[in-house]
Formats: sequence, structure tokens, C-alpha cells
Amino acid sequence: MLNVHKLTGGYSSAAIIKDVSFELEKGELLGIIGPNGSGKTTLIKMLTGILPYESGEIVLKGKCVKDYTAKELAKILAVLPQHSFHSFSYTVKETVSLGRYAHQKGWFQSWSERDESIVNEAMDQTGVISFADHYVHELSGGERQRVYLAQALAQEPEILLLDEPTNHLDLSFQKELLDLLRGWTRERNLTVISIFHDLNLAGLYCDRLLLLESGEVQIDHLPNEVLKEDRIRKVYRTDIQKQPHPIVPAPQIVLLPDHASDEPSAFINEDLLEQSDQHIVLKSPIPLRTMSSGVVGSGTGWYQVFVNRHVSKDYNCDDHKQEMTAYLKKNGFEPSDAVGMMTAVVLDDVSFKYVEQGDFSVFVVVTAGVGNAVDASKGTEHCFHPLPGTINTWVFVNGDLAEEAFIQSIMTATEAKAKAMLDLKIIDPVTGTIATGTSTDSILIAASQRGQRHDFAGTITPLGKVIGQTVYSCTAEAVRKSRKRVKK
Amino acid sequence: MKTRKILAYILGMCFLISSILLGISIGTVSVPVWDIVYIISAKLFGLPPSDSINPMYVNIVMNIRLPRVLLAGLVGASLAIAGAAFQGLLRNPLADPYTLGVSSGASVGAVITLFFGLSIPFAGSFTLPILSVLFSLITIFLVLLFARKVERSMKVETIILTGIIFSSFLGAIISLMIALTGEELRMIISWLLGSVSMRGWPYVQIILPFFIAGSVLLLLNGRELNAMSFGEERAKHIGVDVQKRKMLVLIAGSILTGSAVAVSGTIGFVGLVIPHLTRLLWGPDHRHLLPLSILTGGSFLILADLAARTIITPGELPIGVITAIIGAPVFAVILLNRRPERRG
Repeated sequence: MLNVHKLTGGYSSAAIIKDVSFELEKGELLGIIGPNGSGKTTLIKMLTGILPYESGEIVLKGKCVKDYTAKELAKILAVLPQHSFHSFSYTVKETVSLGRYAHQKGWFQSWSERDESIVNEAMDQTGVISFADHYVHELSGGERQRVYLAQALAQEPEILLLDEPTNHLDLSFQKELLDLLRGWTRERNLTVISIFHDLNLAGLYCDRLLLLESGEVQIDHLPNEVLKEDRIRKVYRTDIQKQPHPIVPAPQIVLLPDHASDEPSAFINEDLLEQSDQHIVLKSPIPLRTMSSGVVGSGTGWYQVFVNRHVSKDYNCDDHKQEMTAYLKKNGFEPSDAVGMMTAVVLDDVSFKYVEQGDFSVFVVVTAGVGNAVDASKGTEHCFHPLPGTINTWVFVNGDLAEEAFIQSIMTATEAKAKAMLDLKIIDPVTGTIATGTSTDSILIAASQRGQRHDFAGTITPLGKVIGQTVYSCTAEAVRKSRKRVKK
Repeated sequence: MKTRKILAYILGMCFLISSILLGISIGTVSVPVWDIVYIISAKLFGLPPSDSINPMYVNIVMNIRLPRVLLAGLVGASLAIAGAAFQGLLRNPLADPYTLGVSSGASVGAVITLFFGLSIPFAGSFTLPILSVLFSLITIFLVLLFARKVERSMKVETIILTGIIFSSFLGAIISLMIALTGEELRMIISWLLGSVSMRGWPYVQIILPFFIAGSVLLLLNGRELNAMSFGEERAKHIGVDVQKRKMLVLIAGSILTGSAVAVSGTIGFVGLVIPHLTRLLWGPDHRHLLPLSILTGGSFLILADLAARTIITPGELPIGVITAIIGAPVFAVILLNRRPERRG
């Protein structure tokens, strides 16, 4: 479709685009990214024939772009510019109709029924048909951008070039526009080249990304490869981190702000723990990075308040999330800031322990009751009712944990819990075998993300060792306390 | 929409025809409208002169007022359509032929002719208009050459700036020649103020071919002008051969302006106000704006000339004074009412 070979050129003597080569297949959505001044717009201007180039060639459908007349080119290639002039008050329809210019023949350029239907279709697809008779200058930025998109579509192009199409658009218009573009590449084989400022949008929508660095192609590859942390950090000269998109398989880049050193440092230990009949609360002075299975604030996130709430054994769990949120609010905790868990265990039986080792420390809080003890390997023999959790394990780490370390912390803590059950000979009442936990256990790993970095937390690492040992002893103690109470 | 366009043309035609009839009818001797209609149609269809019509009327209509009215109409139409085209091309409702230095060029040509008493062999009294058109063409090409030298892509802003530079320079040359001139002074001054009086049929004949050529060229570029008013890059994206079309519009515009200045001197505000008013009334689509500007501009200048020769009878005001007196305040009002979104 489009073949760019060793393209070099710029505005005056100094070349802005150097030796750029790439190919484009029909129906592809190519994103051009790069820092300011890397030559993105210059490249687009050369592709559209606005700017002459010094050497190299641009071959469009087997023919050099320079050999096309303006009209021929406009039938294949349409452009959505970043800015447009609107000096006089044309209506939306008049503006869109201009897109048919290249298709009209003869001195008097008669307006055919086909022209009319294509213009209407273009206005319909971009959602501007409802204000076809309005003046363009009266529209909002987003509406205006869609009018010019309709104008480009009226050209019936095979390739659409866009220069930062989402500039000045709010979130919903950004999504609408890009969904529309990608739909067209799939349904009618439209080929799209678009400049992106927003790397996340580029990663989300493009089939391929072309990264420009000072006028040269740094890489031309799949988004996942192009948006590598090291590469983006180097080319954009800024601190970023790459993450997977939570819903779709696409890379996302997040900025890392310079950490303000005046933020309060925090140490999580028993001094922060408050206990009442109703709940056990730990309020951290700073938000902690968490991975948890609570009722509220579960999954991964940043939270500051941790609540383990006592509920009666016959608590109705139908809408526990909403009920828990209401409870948190009533007690003066901000639900969006909190991880909340429930337990039917008497909170007095809580067991906690603070262990310091070298550059890091761990604080573990466990409430345990073994009424619903289950052997996980024989879980199929149970029929469960959702009951409030009975072993809730909190692990606070004063240290900087990698994602992997969070996962291994959960593993280590779970293994330690199972071992405590074994040593205390807790029996699964249904199967008669040794239980590994209870039917509704919850876990929380929370880290301050300051201080020493931990990439892993398996049992071979110092962190893993401390977590394993501390969780084991806390769980065992909590279970013993609870058993004692039951025997009484 | 369509009926509105038809209405625009019908109103424009009515305005033009009534202006022509008024222009011929009113004067030191009043000629009845029906007599005018009869005299003109008799002439057109070769009918014998009617006994019921005063032969003096025939003389007044055919030899004095009709050529004068036609000349005023042609000058007004030329300036208006050229102005409309330049405004579209430069995307600036405040632009007009004068901005490009075209009329200054034509003026210099005329003043040089008067100053040196030049005479082209066989051209006789046509030396002045021919040299004016020639100078306006030379000026526009110099302006374009200079603009291209400044910047290869010849942005509109560059062209306007270049036009201003040339205008000031040429204006200085005119002032210099006026300062140096002796007995020719009165003639140059009166020519500079602009007038369509005492020109007669020869002047109508000289402007007509230029008017037809220039107008046809512009009318064929209506859609291109629409596209170019969205910016030159946008026009190119849509498929307009911008370099070629821009050149055509500029050449056509300077033919129109040059010939108008040659036959009538410098008449301001027509090329500025008429396209603007027409656009406000009927919209910015150049396919209609250009022909409607012809109708409105022609009518306007005929009426302005009528006012110029009747207000202080038996004396006569320069027509440029009338257009400025009407045009400047109207333009000021337009300027005040311009919506802020509309870029200047």
C-alpha cells in the first residue's frame, strides 16, 4: 500500500527526517510516536506532499507520490490535520461537501446523487449529521474535529493520515474517534497512519508503532515491543513504568513523578494498631501498596486504612460489599481509602508480631478461628455457604516490594498458615483429614514501598523467611487463643 | 437552501437593473424610464427611432449616460469580484485588491503615462489604460517573485506583507512625481481621486474584455476558493492544485483591478465592503459569492456615481469620495459586529 524508502528532508538546510523507511499494509493502523521535535508532523507533511523531501522516495500503490496530481492523491489519501482554519462561516454540510472536490469532474463540477449520499454517510458515521446546517465555527472543538473527519471520509480515501487526532478532545470523544478508526480498518480495510502524543492510546489502538527519535526510526514494531520501559525512558528522557492494561492485552505507560522527599516516612508496627469489640484498625500515615482479598479495597491498590471487622456468625452476606462500605463510613473511615475484611472470630484473640531484620521489618496481624476448617486438597467434598472469614492474615512490610514479591509473600504466608494448621492438628470435620485453612480466609500484603527493594519473597529470601516464621507463629497463637475460648 | 440562492440572484438582478435605469434616468435632464427602455431596445434590435421620443433623449442616453453607467457598473463589478476572490484566497475578510499592491501598481503606470506624456503608437488615448493593466500585472508578479524569494511555499502572510511593502514604495513614487509635476498636477490629482465621468464608449470597450477574462477565470475557481479558505494545506489535502489555482486567482484579480483602476482611477472600499456584505447576506460559498458580488458591486458603483454627480449639481464629486463616505462607516460597523470566532 505505502512504501517509504530512505526518506530524508526538512524545512531548510538541516534535515529533520533522516533515512526513514517503513512499509504499510492495507488495513493496518500505524501509530507514529516520538518526543516533541522528533519529526512526526514533518513526516506526515512529506507523506501528504505538503513538504518536499530531499532524497528517498514515497511509493503509494506502486507509484511515486510526486507523480500524482493533487486530485489523484486526494482520492487515495485523506488527512485530518491538527488545526484547521475556519475564516468564513460555512455550514457543516458545505464543509463536508468540499471533501468531494477530487471526485468531481468537468468545468462545472456538477453535484451527483452519489456525492450527496457519500457526504450524508460520512456525516452520519461521524455523528455530525444532526447539525448539518449549523455553522462550523459555532461548534465545540470535538464536534469540529468530527466535521473535518467527515470531510476526509467524503474523499473516500484508502489511507487516512491523522495528526494527533485526539488533541483537545475529552475522554469520551477520544475513545469514540479511535474506536471508529479501528472499526474502519477492520471492516472496510481503511489504512490509518496517526501521530500520537498519548503513548497509552497508541498502545491500546495501534497494530504497529513507529518510534521516531530526532528524525530517525528508533524502532518499528508491535506496541508491546516498542513501549518497552528502557526504550521509552531513553527516548523520552523521563521516568516511566510499563504495566499491562487491566482489561485488554495492551501495554500501558505510567509516569513516575519525582518522589517528594518531604513526604512523611512511616513505620508500620503495633503502635498504629487500634482494637475494639467491633473492629481492629491499622491507620497508616502514608498510603501503602496493597494486594488483598478483602471485602472492600480488594485486588491491588494504594490504601491507608485497614479494617478487620467482627460480625456475628449469622451475618447475612447477600450484599456484604455495600453493607461494609456503609459500616466504614459510619465509623469515620473513608471507604475509598480502606481495605476492609470481616471475621466472626472474637477480636480479643488477635495475635500480632513485629519483626525487624536488617534494612526491613515485618508486622503481622492474624485473627483466627477454625470452625470451618477445610482441607484444600479435598475441597470438593464441602458444600459452602458464604460465611465471614475465619483466618484473616495481614502482613505489613516496611520495604519496597516488586510485584513478584507481593505474589510470593502471599504464597509464603499461605504455606506458613497451612503448616500451623498441621502442627496444631486442625481436622477438617467433613473429610477427617488435617485442614489447610478455613473456607473463607482472607489475606492482605501491604508494603510502604520505601527503603530496601525486594524483588522476591520466597522462603529462600530474607523477607520470605521472616514472613513465613512470623505468620506461622501468629497463626498458631491466634488459633490456640480461640480454641481456649471455645473449650471454656 | 436552494430557493434562497435563487432569491439571491433574482434580488441581485433587480437591484442591478433598477440601478442602471435610475442612473440613466436621473440627471440635469430627466429621462423617463420607459423612454430609456425603448431607446435601448430600439438600438439593440435595430428599430427605427420613434417620433414620440425627444431626439435629445436618445443622444443623452446613448452617448452620455449609458456608457457612463455601464463603465461604473463594470468598474464596480470588477473591484467587487476581485475583492471577493482575494478575501477568500487570503482567508481574510479585511483583505482586498489594494492589499496586494495591485492598484498601486496600476496607479503608478497611469501616473507615469501622464507625467512623461507617454503614448504607445496606434494606441492613442488607450495608452493610459493599457499601461495601467501592464503595470498592475508587473506589480503582482514582482510581489509574487519577492514573496517566493522570502519563502518558497509563499504563505499568505508573506504575500500580504510583500504587498504592503510594494504599496508604500509605489505610493512614495506617486507622491514624488506629483511633487515634481507642473501643469499636469490637476489632471493627476483628479484621476487619483477616481471618476467615471467623461469617459464614453471607448473606456467601456477597453475594460470589457479584461472584465470578461478576469471574471470567467475567477468564476471557474469558486470551489477552489472555498477549499483555500480552509487554509492552503487543507485545500491541498482535499485535492486542489494550490500553487496553480492561487496563481490563476492572483492573475485574474490583478487583471480586474488593473483595468478598473486604469479607466476610473483609485476607487476605494468597493472591493472591501461589497464582498463582505454579500457574504453576510448570502453566505461564504464562492460559487455564488463571486457572481453575486458582480451584481451588487456593479449596482453599488452605479448608485455611488449617481450620487457623485447629483449631490452638488452642476458640480461633481469624485466617486471615490462617495464610496469612502458610505463604505468606511459600513465597514467600521461590520468590523465592530464581527463575531470573535471569526478570525481576522
